[in-house]
Amino acid sequence: MATSTTNPQESFPAEHGRPYAVATTFQTTHELLSAIRGIRKKGYRKLDAYTPFPVHGIDEALGERRSKLGFVIAGGALAGILTALLLQWWTSAVDYRLIVGGKPYFAIEYAVPITFELMVLFASFAAVFGMLAFNGLPRFNHPIFNYENYARVTDDGFVLVVERDGNHFEPVAIVELLNELGGKNTEVVHEDA
Amino acid sequence: MADLAIKPNTQLDLLNTTIDQPLVTGEPTYNSITESVSRVVENPPSKFWFGLLAITSSIMLMLFVMLGYLVATGIGVWGNNIPVGWAWDITNFVWWIGIGHAGTLISAILFLLRQRWRTGINRAAEAMTLFAVLCAGIYPLFHTGRPWRAIYWLLPYPNTMQIWPNFKSPLEWDVFAVSTYLTVSVLFWFVGLLPDLATIRDRATGFRRKIYGFFSLGWRGSAHHWKHYELAYLVLAGLSTPLVLSVHSIVSFDFAVSILPGWHTTIFPPYFVAGAVFSGFGMVLTLLIITRKALNIEHLITLKHIDYMCKVMLSMSMIVGYSYASEYFIAWFSVVDGERFAFYNRITGPYAWAAWTMIFCNVISPIPLWWQAVRRNITAVFIITIFVNIGMWYERFVIIVISLHRDFLPSSWDYFHPTYVDICTFIGSMGLFLTLYLLFIKFVPMIAIAEVKHAIAQDIEKGAHH
Repeated sequence: MATSTTNPQESFPAEHGRPYAVATTFQTTHELLSAIRGIRKKGYRKLDAYTPFPVHGIDEALGERRSKLGFVIAGGALAGILTALLLQWWTSAVDYRLIVGGKPYFAIEYAVPITFELMVLFASFAAVFGMLAFNGLPRFNHPIFNYENYARVTDDGFVLVVERDGNHFEPVAIVELLNELGGKNTEVVHEDA
Repeated sequence: MADLAIKPNTQLDLLNTTIDQPLVTGEPTYNSITESVSRVVENPPSKFWFGLLAITSSIMLMLFVMLGYLVATGIGVWGNNIPVGWAWDITNFVWWIGIGHAGTLISAILFLLRQRWRTGINRAAEAMTLFAVLCAGIYPLFHTGRPWRAIYWLLPYPNTMQIWPNFKSPLEWDVFAVSTYLTVSVLFWFVGLLPDLATIRDRATGFRRKIYGFFSLGWRGSAHHWKHYELAYLVLAGLSTPLVLSVHSIVSFDFAVSILPGWHTTIFPPYFVAGAVFSGFGMVLTLLIITRKALNIEHLITLKHIDYMCKVMLSMSMIVGYSYASEYFIAWFSVVDGERFAFYNRITGPYAWAAWTMIFCNVISPIPLWWQAVRRNITAVFIITIFVNIGMWYERFVIIVISLHRDFLPSSWDYFHPTYVDICTFIGSMGLFLTLYLLFIKFVPMIAIAEVKHAIAQDIEKGAHH
């Protein structure tokens, strides 16, 4: 804790590790959204919110950018189309040429159903695994789980978190500010339990 | 910004909940929804549940015995023979696949159409989709006789014979359609489950916490998570919608691409899709009517849900009825002897009883659903759904067996008789389906907790302020 001399507010019990963030809980989406706007006005930018369901307007409030997952999914769809066309063309018209029912070795018409199916299949995999990758899941350990009130996130609590931004972190001030904004069970969350 | 984004939902409230009955009856809070859904998973299973499980898993065991007997002996143990080369096996396949369509329709199409009432029933319907598609898969797989030898002509992999599947065959398209459908349905279901598994994780302790923690993949519900999650879910719904339409269209190609009268018609793809949705809603209603009563979740799966599902079923019944009529008209209009005979034989021949059963169950029996009093009468709805389940099985039987039993060559005409193996395999697959469903309602939150909260967030928070 070399920084503790320069920043006296960062003196915490050593067994809990470094502070990760200050967390607080709200009862409704409206309280959460207005608190986010309130704390952003004070200049705090490293924020996150934990909610039981997706809250409309929270991305704008937090300044989150639009998800780029769409590009990954489009890539998956394209890969599916190419795989299906190459597979059907190469096996029937190149590797093992066989006349079936007097039809051409390869024709786009008969290739449509399987091409469609593989496009859907690959795009779906891209959507699910892309979503998990962007979210850094699976990840079974995270400092937010150390928040006493965390279990309410998946039930009925709307948790706002002000994360430590580098070495500049004034938990006492943030706790006061969050309490003023109406947060309940406000506490400093540490990196180790 | 946030207020602007929320306003359109207030409009929906007026349309859906204020004039009509609310989505969730009583005075729900976020916590009460969590409680009533999680309770089902957390309470120890009742004796009733164990009793049901004992029965259904015994029936499932019969399926495995029958399949073992089939593989050890050969497909001669079934009643299929020339001219009826497909009989109960493919009838059951199409029937189960059809039942599997309601889940995706409810989850994907109703999601895209912003039908908020779907949230109470989509999870259970999706689970039914998975289990029905699993049951369906058994039949095409085992009607090959020796499934492990079917792999090289079903799946394109470099094998020692250096040959490839015939991609020009609708049967091969079917392999891709059904396996893609199963895979995408599993993904869609699992993505929907993630936040709810996290809910159960956060309420559990000890070993259960580890298990649910593992399957929830460490879901935290952060705004960052939800952003990608919502897009992924939306795209999966968008992909599943054409997928579900393609699956039964491709199943219908198995018939429509042939030249057999009774099969060779262009109306098959939409007709099969409508029939699939019809039978799927029938089965979902049958099971949910029992489930909501047995699990005391009548405030989450309300009369309104049943009413709406009945409306979908009624409209599908009309499309199916129209398709039947259209088939007869086209057969007459074609002036083709074979076509005309096939349809004349369907309603007057040796299988006339099956054709009339189909018409009664699918076209006549749903007519009372025009009245709301009937749609909100649980007993009446239950009886109608049973008729629909039976009728849709007969529809596939009529299409497959009646068309085959009298083809172009009168000397080979015959009457199909199922063997006890046919019958026990079919009943056994119901055992598999019900066993999986029983395990599902006990171990997985059967109502989408996060989605229900999302759908009625407005109502809940309004209530909290007053």
